[in-house]
Formats: sequence, C-alpha cells, structure tokens
Amino acid sequence: MDITRFISTHRKLLLVGFLVLILIFIITLPLYAAESDVRVLTTVLMYVVLAVSWAIFSGTAGYMSLAPAAFFGLGIYTMALLQKELPFFLIIPIGGLVSFAFALLVGLVTLRLRGIYFAIFTFGLVVFMTEIIQFLETRLWQRHGWQIIPIDSEILLYTIFGLVVVTVLAAYFIRRSRYGLALLSIGGNEEAAEHMGINTTRTKVLIFAISSAFMGAAGVITAPSLVYVNANIAFSLFYSFMPILMAVFGGMGQLYGVIVGALIFGYLEKTLRAQLYSYFMLGFGIILVAVILFLPNGIAGLVPMLQDKLGGVIRRLRKGGQEEPHANT
Amino acid sequence: MRILEGQGVTKYFGGLAAVSNVDFHVDQGEILGLIGPNGAGKTTLFNLISAALPISSGEIRFKGQKLNGLKPHQICQMGVSRTFQETKVFANMPVFQNVLVGAFFGSSNHVSGADAAREASQALEFVGLSAMSATPINDLTLANQKRVEVARALATKPELLLLDELMAGLTPTEVGEAMELVTKIRDTGITIFMVEHVMKAIMGISARVMVLNHGEKIAEGTPQEVVVNETVIEIYLGEEAHAGS
Repeated sequence: MDITRFISTHRKLLLVGFLVLILIFIITLPLYAAESDVRVLTTVLMYVVLAVSWAIFSGTAGYMSLAPAAFFGLGIYTMALLQKELPFFLIIPIGGLVSFAFALLVGLVTLRLRGIYFAIFTFGLVVFMTEIIQFLETRLWQRHGWQIIPIDSEILLYTIFGLVVVTVLAAYFIRRSRYGLALLSIGGNEEAAEHMGINTTRTKVLIFAISSAFMGAAGVITAPSLVYVNANIAFSLFYSFMPILMAVFGGMGQLYGVIVGALIFGYLEKTLRAQLYSYFMLGFGIILVAVILFLPNGIAGLVPMLQDKLGGVIRRLRKGGQEEPHANT
Repeated sequence: MRILEGQGVTKYFGGLAAVSNVDFHVDQGEILGLIGPNGAGKTTLFNLISAALPISSGEIRFKGQKLNGLKPHQICQMGVSRTFQETKVFANMPVFQNVLVGAFFGSSNHVSGADAAREASQALEFVGLSAMSATPINDLTLANQKRVEVARALATKPELLLLDELMAGLTPTEVGEAMELVTKIRDTGITIFMVEHVMKAIMGISARVMVLNHGEKIAEGTPQEVVVNETVIEIYLGEEAHAGS
C-alpha cells in the first residue's frame, strides 16, 4: 500500500474528513462526557481564539503585542455590565466592537512605536486597565467585582466553538488577502513596505483592531464560567502571555501550528495546573525552552522535518533489497 | 518637460544642513546621475523626494504637483518609485511575493490578484530573474537582490525611478549588466534619477550629471562638462590628485 501517495493526492478530502470528525466530537461531547470535561474543552477553545487572533496581527507583522488581556478583559467587563440589560448572544458582538474600537484608539497612538517599545507599551496598557477599573469601581461604583450569572456549559461550549470557527476563517482569509500580504511585508521590512505604496499605519491599526475584536468576544463568552470577576481576574496578564506562548510553541508561520499549540498547551494547562501546579510550571518552562532552542518554527516546524526524515526511511523500506539510488538522480 | 523639480530644497539634522538650498530638475525620459563624496547628501535628497524624511524648507514638485507633506506610500502611488542603498527586501517572502507587493499596492487604483501576478512576473522577467521566482530572497546574491528591488519598483508602474547606488558592491561584470538594465528601463520610457559611486557607470549612461558636496549643488551638466569642471575635480576627485602631488 502506498500511504504517502494516498495522503498527497487526497489531501483536501482528508482535511475535510478530519474537520468533520472534530465537529462531531465537539458537538456530541456534552452527551457522554462529564460537565468538567466540557468546561475544560471550552477553556481550551478560548485559548485557541486568543492564540489565533494574536497571531493574525503579531505573528505576521512582527509587532509583539502583550495586550490580549486588555481586550479580553474588556469583553469580560462588557458582559458584567450588560448581562442584565441584553441577551447573551447580542453582548458577544458588542464585546467584540468595544475591543475593536478601543484597539483602534490604542493602535493609532502606539503603532508608531517599534520593537521593544511597542511590547512595553502594550504590557503597560494591561496594568493601566487593571488600575483604572479598580479606581472606578471603588470610587464611582463603590464595589469590588461583579457576579456573573452562570450560563449552561453546553451553550458556552457551542458558542466558543462558533467563535473558533469564525476566528480561524478570518485568520485564513486575512492571510490570503491583500491586507495579509501588506501586513507580511511590514513584518519583512516596514520602510520598504511604506515605499511600495502600502499605507502601513492604516494596515497595522486595522488588522490590530480586527484581531482584538475576537479577543473581546472571547472575553464575553468566558465571563459566565468565571462566576465572579474583578479587574485583577479579568485583566490578568496570564491571558496575554498564554496565547503568545501557545503560538510560539505551535509555530506562528502556519495557522494550524498556532491552533495545535493552543490545543496542546491549553489542555495541559487546564488539566495539570490544578493538581501539579509547581511541576506544571517547571515542565512548561522546560518544554518552552526546548521548543525555542530546537524547533524555532514550533511544532509546525516538525512536519517538514519529519517528512524529510521519515520520507527517506519509507522510501528505503519500500525499495527493500534494491540498490540505493544515487542522490541526484 | 520637467518631470521632477526641486526649489531651495533644504534638510537640517539638528543644526547641520545635510541638503542645503538645492535647486534641481529631472527631464522626462532622461537618466540623471547624482554624484558626490560620502556624506554629500545624495541619499538624503532621495529620502526627501520619496518622503522618507520630511523636508525642512523648499519644495519638490512631481509633474507640477507639490510633494511636500505627502507620505511615502502616496508618493509611490503617484508614480515615483525607488530602490535602497542598503537593500531593503522582504526577507520573509520568496522573490515573487517581494515583487507582487509592488504590483498590488504601487498604483493608486485597485489592482486585481490576476493583474498583480501578471505584472510581477513581467517585472521579474524584465530584470532576468524569472527562474528564481520561488527562491527565498535571502538565498540570492547581492546583485540579484538589488535586481529584485528594481523589479519590485518597476511593478509599481513608476514614471520616475530613483536608484540609490544600484551598483555599489557589485563585481565589474555585474556592474556592466546593471548598466544595461538601467538603459533598458530608460528605453521603456521611465525617467531615471540615480545616485552612483561607480564613475564608469554614471559617466557611461547618464544624459546629465549633478554634483553635491556638503549638501550643496556645486556643478551640473553633461558627463563631459562635469569631469572637466574645476570645482568638481578639486573636491570630488581632488583628494587623490592632491595626495599624489
């Protein structure tokens, strides 16, 4: 049987089959799995949204944004403030819009900064948001934190899965679009991009805002499972660092790398952290260092490497007793 | 007809005038050479034209339209494209995509994907790099990377092309090929304004030459006129002449 040949000629079919299997798995999971497993999957999928939306902008443009927590937290707070006024499914796009608008403002001011300065600013933004909201809560609203009415875990799972689909499709189409090419050229050489007719500021700000909208929507969907939120919980820097680590771990060059990285990392984080916190962080660190040292292109970088190595092995096995052909023939 | 015209063009860096009160013009369809010792302000002048730097005073007009205050991408879309002294290619893309960026974004009207791809491959063919379209850009020699920059600039469909030291760092054979390329571009009707250190190249193909020194224009004329100009000999070639005497 010729497996490699089968895979390469039926690649599209296999991909569709694989996606259908995932779809069936996620839709049917609440039927037989425990509620805690449903919650784990929901969280993992939230990380997929954060990692993919982070990679849409930062992975391509080479601007290291540490701000996902700011936009994610805005989504959580949108939910906290509007939960009694509007239906859940209406708050999701509103949370996205709030983050989009805020990212437009932030982007217009900060995307002139480059390299480390941009990273530091976005880091500061998250800290600033935490402080300002705490200030508003204690002085204006005289309260600390908000209760959030729980929503059925099944509904949350399906909703976040819907958002995953939308985010991944958006990432895919942005990468293939002219805006994706423009952003990639900015990542390659921003000065040259500007001189080749690209309005670099507009491109950066627009895609930064689009990517932030998905983070905001993810915040809205995640809020009900947190039950209680305050500024420290909603704007935790954890939500900024995790998506970046996931994207680097999985490989930013490929969309599937980011998704796989988020799935693996998110699952490990959710299941192991509770029981083995210190060991988890230790293992986490070691894996990350190893990936950066040996797999600069992340897990996705393994695929061409394995194809190279295994391909040779398979070819040799197939040839059996026949003579090894010359390298260049 | 004057396609590009500058009046009193001045650029200060702090208190230092890098370009000082320079009047210049480029005639449509010609090759204008710009020479001068290191630090004379040649690249600064290019940066002012392409809006990489804001002008301190004076004005630059392209086809009668004022360029002051425009952004680099607007200048490019108006029809002025450039290459860079230190190559600035998109290192994260193969050769073809590098040129595709120019084809997609270089003109002010919307370019379809198919048209952009066609223009990009035409531009690559024009500079003779069709065979390398799928190659990662960093695998190319310096001479070929510079050709990719030329192709990228041509893909934006410029009327005026600014070439900043296209031939620096090239071997004598490559210089010859680059000279042929520049003449070939001029023959398609594109006006060329080029900074060059390689005297053989500039004297061989320029219709006119302009000389800068310490940010000031000290001479202008045909290559034959400029090489016999005494000021030019003194400050530009004179260092060696004096050293010899």
